[in-house]
Amino acid sequence: MTGELLRAEGIGKRFGGFVALEGITVSFAAGQLTSIIGPNGAGKSTFFNILSGALTPTSGKLHFKGRELNGLPQHRFVHQGISRSYQITNIFPDLSVHENVRVAAQALIVSYDIWRNRARMVELDARADAALDAVGLLARRSGLAKFLSHGQQRALEIAVALVSEPELLLLDEPTAGMGPEETKDMVALLERLADKRTVLLVEHKMKMVLGLSKRVVVLHHGRLLADGAPDEIRSNPEVRRVYLGQSEGYG
Amino acid sequence: MTGPSSGEAVAKPASSGLAWLLDHRVLLSIAVLAVLPWLLPSKALAVNVLIYGVVVMGYNLLFGYTGLLSFGQAAFFGSGAYFTGIAIGRYGVPWFAAVPIAVLLSTCLAAAIGIVSTRTRGIYFSMVTLALAQLVYYVALQAASFTGGENGLRGFTVDRINLFGLQVNFLDPINKYYVLMAFAALAMWFQSRILNSPFGAVIEAVRENEQRARACGYDVERSKLVVFMLSGAISSLGGCMLALHLSIVPLDILHYQTSGMIVMMVLLGGARSFFGPFVGAASFLILEDVISLWTPHWQIFVGAIFVLFVLFLPKGIWGTLLDALDSGKARR
Repeated sequence: MTGELLRAEGIGKRFGGFVALEGITVSFAAGQLTSIIGPNGAGKSTFFNILSGALTPTSGKLHFKGRELNGLPQHRFVHQGISRSYQITNIFPDLSVHENVRVAAQALIVSYDIWRNRARMVELDARADAALDAVGLLARRSGLAKFLSHGQQRALEIAVALVSEPELLLLDEPTAGMGPEETKDMVALLERLADKRTVLLVEHKMKMVLGLSKRVVVLHHGRLLADGAPDEIRSNPEVRRVYLGQSEGYG
Repeated sequence: MTGPSSGEAVAKPASSGLAWLLDHRVLLSIAVLAVLPWLLPSKALAVNVLIYGVVVMGYNLLFGYTGLLSFGQAAFFGSGAYFTGIAIGRYGVPWFAAVPIAVLLSTCLAAAIGIVSTRTRGIYFSMVTLALAQLVYYVALQAASFTGGENGLRGFTVDRINLFGLQVNFLDPINKYYVLMAFAALAMWFQSRILNSPFGAVIEAVRENEQRARACGYDVERSKLVVFMLSGAISSLGGCMLALHLSIVPLDILHYQTSGMIVMMVLLGGARSFFGPFVGAASFLILEDVISLWTPHWQIFVGAIFVLFVLFLPKGIWGTLLDALDSGKARR
């Protein structure tokens, strides 16, 4: 997998008089893990929500595999091959772990059929279990999702996003709220994912980002501040000034 | 509302007793309804349990399984009854054709109300459904030449029916009960199909987490509209049954108090349980029957009991019973 997968052209977003993003032009190649970083309020989440269809940009265009995405409703983005996780854990709490992933797998196949028996769609079971296996949750498949630990719920979210076999996986702070142990597990999981997939990561934890990513995009005050390999970012004086110097590697 | 979804049990039929109950929920429910006239104090009460059970079951699809609290379900209960009565009385349509026509027209009404109301969420959805249902009430009140206005719709008595060449006296309460039970059975089969279908998984996802369902690739708004229409269709069948039963459609059936009663019944019986609506309808109607014998203020007592249920038995009678049967396993 090589070549350009997603291109954002002059993306801007205003909320009333507030300019959250302005003139973001960036493209992402297939098959690598790219991180988007920036201090709080830099516009990372807004940018992320635009890439996943949750928000519509005020200006600019999104191209995915050469096709324009502008104007598509959010639920169509998955069908195009873009899948996401959320910063705040976002699962189906009262469904079993397996059901959480299974229903996500079903979305690509059928929605409104009321005549088929869903229990007989065994291919969904296999796909759901494969995704659970990939994030190490297969042993917990039968329990309710709400009874998982925080870290496991985050992993479940990734399984839910993975099961659609997305060409682009968007992960919004997958280690948010995690302790050091859980973070370590998640980093290992992200490393495994990055081997095979195109992943776009929003993260706060700088050390982790620089270790994981092939490329880092830095946003600041809604603008693109820097874009390059982790080493370039680390030595970029602008980035150091606005971001890295603030605290012990946390923004 | 806690507890695993019926979907889990559907997806993994286990060998436990409860799973067996779940797999045969339609047949078991029909079996219970078949002996109901002999369990209840009067045949008339049994017919009412049947009718309200179907109405509440349709509502349960929307409220229990999809998590949409509508205060306007009376609109479809009423429209089913009115359309049946008008088709038979005014246009001379035979009863067996009037029922599907009424359900179809009521589904269209549900589509119209659903298109507007499912764009809103939470309390706004409840209020919009309430307002639109009251609109239907006032239309029925004003269009007196069609609906009989305040006096209700009259003049469409179904007394003898022809079942495959067999003449049945429909005024006999037992005959009437079993003919109407066939409709209830059909509604239960349909509801069970929906719950077991891929779309059944979609409404669960919408109930659990709208945002996540959308991010998974589901069109949440359209799914809500579809379930709103299915729910309206099933509840309207209860209305058709009422029209055939009473040979008159009282205007009150469209009033928001009826919608409130439907909400109370589903909560008494157990939202999100398959047979709960019938249990809820039966408990409510029995309470009304018994308490109104010794006080005209029966609503105070029913209201108090309802409050106690919401506080202490949020899963309702049937839901709590099933939980007790098998704590932690899926619900019927």
